[in-house]
Amino acid sequence: MQKRTLLDGQKFQITIKRLCHQLIENHNDFSNTVLIGIQPRGSYFADRVKHELSEVLKKSVIQKGNLDITFFRDDFRRKDGIVSANSNTIDFIIEGKNVILIDDVLWTGRTIRAALDALLAYGRPAKVELLVLIDRRFSRHVPIEPDYIGLQVDTLVSQQVRVSWKETEGEDKVILISESNK
Amino acid sequence: MAVEKLSTRHLLGIKDINRNDIELILETADHFKGVINRTIKKVPSLRDITIANIFFENSTRTKLSFELAEKRLSADVVNFAASSSSVSKGETLIDTVNNILAMKVDMVVMRHPYAGAGQFLSKHIKAQIINAGDGAHEHPTQALLDAFSIRQRLGDVAGKKVVIVGDILHSRVAISNILCLQKLGAEVMVCGPTTLIPKHIESLGVKVEHNLIKALNWCDVANMLRIQLERQDIKYFPSLREYAMMYGLNKQILDNLDKEIIVMHPGPINRGVEITSDVADSKQSIILEQVENGVAVRMAVLYLLAAQND
Repeated sequence: MQKRTLLDGQKFQITIKRLCHQLIENHNDFSNTVLIGIQPRGSYFADRVKHELSEVLKKSVIQKGNLDITFFRDDFRRKDGIVSANSNTIDFIIEGKNVILIDDVLWTGRTIRAALDALLAYGRPAKVELLVLIDRRFSRHVPIEPDYIGLQVDTLVSQQVRVSWKETEGEDKVILISESNK
Repeated sequence: MAVEKLSTRHLLGIKDINRNDIELILETADHFKGVINRTIKKVPSLRDITIANIFFENSTRTKLSFELAEKRLSADVVNFAASSSSVSKGETLIDTVNNILAMKVDMVVMRHPYAGAGQFLSKHIKAQIINAGDGAHEHPTQALLDAFSIRQRLGDVAGKKVVIVGDILHSRVAISNILCLQKLGAEVMVCGPTTLIPKHIESLGVKVEHNLIKALNWCDVANMLRIQLERQDIKYFPSLREYAMMYGLNKQILDNLDKEIIVMHPGPINRGVEITSDVADSKQSIILEQVENGVAVRMAVLYLLAAQND
């Protein structure tokens, strides 16, 4: 198994800062915009984005929720066993709001498709945008593209992209894992 | 993201499932409780599944609860009540069910007056079977929702003391509850007149008590059962009035206990017999919470079983 670091240290921090500034360009003071992290790993990223935005905007009331997509997945009954669910915490109304969906890695796009479906159960947002830290490009199964991208990478199906966070794993880092020595 | 699954393809009784299964069902039910409290109470998980609810015995709560659970998972639902069907023309159980299955049904939720009807069916047909009560044998989803309700109120089931009061002899709720609570680490006692306590029930590891006050002082939770007159072929006690005096729970008894206990009832309630109105409607009663939780627990059962299909 080979591991290659795609993003870490200062570059990782700069990437997140850049994404936050791009968000501010489009959403001003976030008075009508909310952040929704996709459970489980997207919610860590959303926490970080919220933290950075609060520092830049000197504002602490940016709304952030977590969305679980387990019951909306399209692979239910198509594989062995099921993925256990996570909690939904959306304590605000998304009707008429701009929603930034946040996930760590965009690959086939199926998670985002399910997330769009799950999001509708909470109301009809004015607009939904997608923010991802890593875009594994040219590997989509559905026509979904991100609006904000931390880093685009070219990967093989057999490879895995793993994002770790300081809060949970002790280090901000993105690695690419390749099986065997191909 | 742990991938988990149940150890069984059917839910015929609590006897056939293990503690992990029960905990997986309760945890999944937690998430479904979140779903049914949203504005849009529906998820698309079971949209390619057809479920037949086959009830050979009367039911209000269980039938409605299953139907709501199925619909909130987006399954297609067909209902069948034996009283208005060809069963009254002499059709056998297997024939009835096979005919329903010929219409491409994936799961069968069945209530039947005979113990073991679910087991019998599971050996002869391909669909997954969920037992919604078979005679005086088991009623697994009721036991699961009771455990879920206790866990919700008291934080945990393990280490808690639960007394089941009333007609234990004819009760499928009692058997399933005893097995489920014990698997989750609770202590169980049964209480009622000698004639309504099955012989050798101690072999299940439960305590037996004939004095209601003593039983209530021992427990954290009291599950009051209905006297199932429809199943009683002989007289087991002199009169309902005497039963109510000896084993009926009223507000005075409840207030005089050393501690505050929780009162449960699987329904339907016979007010004034096993439980008085002021107890049924009191703060300590979680009867309506049980009903609400029933939908979430049944969604969890259907969802987890559907995931087994291959």
